[in-house]
Amino acid sequence: MDMKATKKKLGMKERYRALTRDLGWEPSYQDKDAIFPYASYEGIKVHDWDKWEDPFRLTMDAYWKYQAEKERKFYAIIDAHAQNNGHLNITDARYLSALKIFLQAISPGEYAAHKGFARAGREFPGVGTQVACQMQAIDELRHAQTQIHAMSNYNRYYDGFHAFADARDRIWYTSVARSFFDDAMSAGPFEFMIAIGFSFEYVLTNLLFVPFMSGAAYNGDMATVTFGFSAQSDEARHMTLGLECIKFMLEQDPDNLPIVQAWIDKWFWRGFRVLGLVSTMMDYMLPKRVMSWREAWDIYGVENGGALFKDLARYGIRPPKGWDDAEKAIDHMSHQFMLGLYQWSFGTSFHSWIPSDEDMDWLSAKYPDTFDKYYRPRWAHIRKLKAAGTPFKNYGLARLCQCCQLPSVFTEPDDPTLTCHRETVYKGEKYQFCSDGCMDIFNNEPEKYIQSWLPMPALFSELGGDVGAWMNWVSLRDGVDNGDYDGSTDQQHFNEWRGLATSNL
Amino acid sequence: MSTVFIALQANEDTRPIIDAIALDNPAAVINRQPAMVKIDAPDHLVIRRETIEDQLGRAYDLQELQINLITLSGNVDEDDDTLTLTWNS
Ligand SMILES: [Fe+2]
Ligand SMILES: [Fe+2]
Ligand SMILES: [Zn+2]
Repeated sequence: MDMKATKKKLGMKERYRALTRDLGWEPSYQDKDAIFPYASYEGIKVHDWDKWEDPFRLTMDAYWKYQAEKERKFYAIIDAHAQNNGHLNITDARYLSALKIFLQAISPGEYAAHKGFARAGREFPGVGTQVACQMQAIDELRHAQTQIHAMSNYNRYYDGFHAFADARDRIWYTSVARSFFDDAMSAGPFEFMIAIGFSFEYVLTNLLFVPFMSGAAYNGDMATVTFGFSAQSDEARHMTLGLECIKFMLEQDPDNLPIVQAWIDKWFWRGFRVLGLVSTMMDYMLPKRVMSWREAWDIYGVENGGALFKDLARYGIRPPKGWDDAEKAIDHMSHQFMLGLYQWSFGTSFHSWIPSDEDMDWLSAKYPDTFDKYYRPRWAHIRKLKAAGTPFKNYGLARLCQCCQLPSVFTEPDDPTLTCHRETVYKGEKYQFCSDGCMDIFNNEPEKYIQSWLPMPALFSELGGDVGAWMNWVSLRDGVDNGDYDGSTDQQHFNEWRGLATSNL
Repeated sequence: MSTVFIALQANEDTRPIIDAIALDNPAAVINRQPAMVKIDAPDHLVIRRETIEDQLGRAYDLQELQINLITLSGNVDEDDDTLTLTWNS
C-alpha cells in the first residue's frame, strides 16, 4: 500500500492537542471572568479545563471532510427519492402522520439545539469544550436543514407539511418540544449540556433515531432513513460530549455531585415526556413495525440507560428520580397518547385513526398485560360510535401540564384506571401537572415555569376562544390537514396515485 | 456486566468493518435490523484499524467510521489504531 508516504506527520492525539493548545491562550488585557461571565453562576466548580478532551479527537480538517462526505451521501439519496416517485413507495400514507409530527415538533428542536450549542460554545472557558460545542452547533443546523429538505418532497403531494413553521410556533402539541428547548436554552451552559447532550441525546435519542428510522426503512421511506441516519451519525459524537461533560463535572469537584444529580432528575423526566410521543409513532403510526415501543425501551432505556447509570455510580450518581415511574408508564403511554390524539384530531395538523383488527392483534401480542385489558375495549367503543355515525370527538380543550405542556392524559403510576393529576398553588395562582415528576420540577423553579406560554390559555387570552380563528392563525386547513385518516385527501390521493403508478390506466 | 454497542448503517462500506469487528471481538453479538447492524458486547468492544485494513484491502483511517456510524454506547477512546468502548472499567 502506498498510504505510508502520505501518512500525517502528527498522530491523532497530537493533532488534537495542537488544535486545542493553539486556541487556548491566556487573556492579558481582559479578565477571564469577564470573558466567560456565565461559567460559574450555576455553582459548578472547575479547577482544570484542560481535563476536558473530546475522546474522538476530531480536528477541524477531519470534521469538514467527513461532514462533506455525509452530505454527499444524503443528497444522492434525496435526489433519487425525488426522481423515483419516492412519495409513492411508502407502505401507506398513514405513515406520514409520524413525519408530520417530526417536521412540526422535532426538526425545529434541531434548530433550537443549534442555537443552544452556538451559545454554549461561546460561554464555556475550555477549548476542547468550545470546539466540540461549535461542531455540534453546525451539526444541529445541518440536521434541521436536511430534515426540512428531505420532507419538502412530501409537501408537494400530501397535506399537513406546508406550514410547519407556523405549527412550530403556534399549534398546541408542538409547544411540548418547544418548551423543552426553551427551558434548556434559558438555563446556564452546564445545565444546557445536561439537558441536551446528556439526557436528551445520550439517554433518549436512540429511541427516536434508531428504531424509528429503521422503521422508516421498513416502510419504504428512504428520505427519512437517510436524514435520520445522517443526523444520528453526528449523534454518536454528541452523546459522547454529553457523557464527557457529566464525567468532567463529577471529577472536577465533589461539590458538583448534588447539582448534577438534580439536573439529571429534572432533564430525564422532561426528555421522557417529550419523547413519549415517539411511543405512539412507533406503535401506531408505522404501518410496518420493526419493534414495539416496549421492546425499544428495553434495549435503549432499561439496558443502555441502566449500563450508563451503573457506570456513573462510581461518582455517586444514582438513576434519575423518575426512572421507576417511567418504567411503569411504558406499557400504557403509546395507547394513552393515541387515544388523546384521536379525540382531539380536529386540532392536529396530521391525521389519526382507529387501529384495524390486525393492528390491535399486534398491540395485544406486544402488550399482553395492558392492551386487551385497558385499551382494546376503548378502541372497540370508539369504533362502534364511528359506525353509528357519531364519531368520538372531544371539542373540549385539554388540561395542560404547566411543566411539560402535554395534556394530562396519563394515568397514576400504580393505577392505570385513574388519570394522574397534580395541582399546586403558587402566589395565589393554581397550576396543574401531569405527574409528580413535572410538579417537582415546577416546585424547584416556580418563577421560571409561571412564565410559560401555554397554548390552551392563549387561545382564550389571544383569540377570545374562537377555534376557527385559531385554525387560521396556526395555518391548519379544517377538513384537509386534520381529522381521521379514513376519508382524508391524503388517503384518497395515495390510493389513486399508487394505482396509477402500478398500472397503465 | 453491561452491554456496550455500536450500530452502523448496513451498506457496502460497512460490510468489511463489521467482519473486522467480529474477528476482534469473539464475544460480540451481531444483530441485523432493517438498514442497520447493531453490535453488542459485554463491557468492552475494540475496533482495530489493522483488522479493518486487512478486510478492506486498503489503508483506512478510523475516523472514516464517522460516516456510517448510527449510534454507540460506552465510554469512548480513540487513537490512530483503535477505537474502544468500555463500561465499568
Ligand atoms: Fe440533531
Ligand atoms: Fe444532536
Ligand atoms: Zn407534565
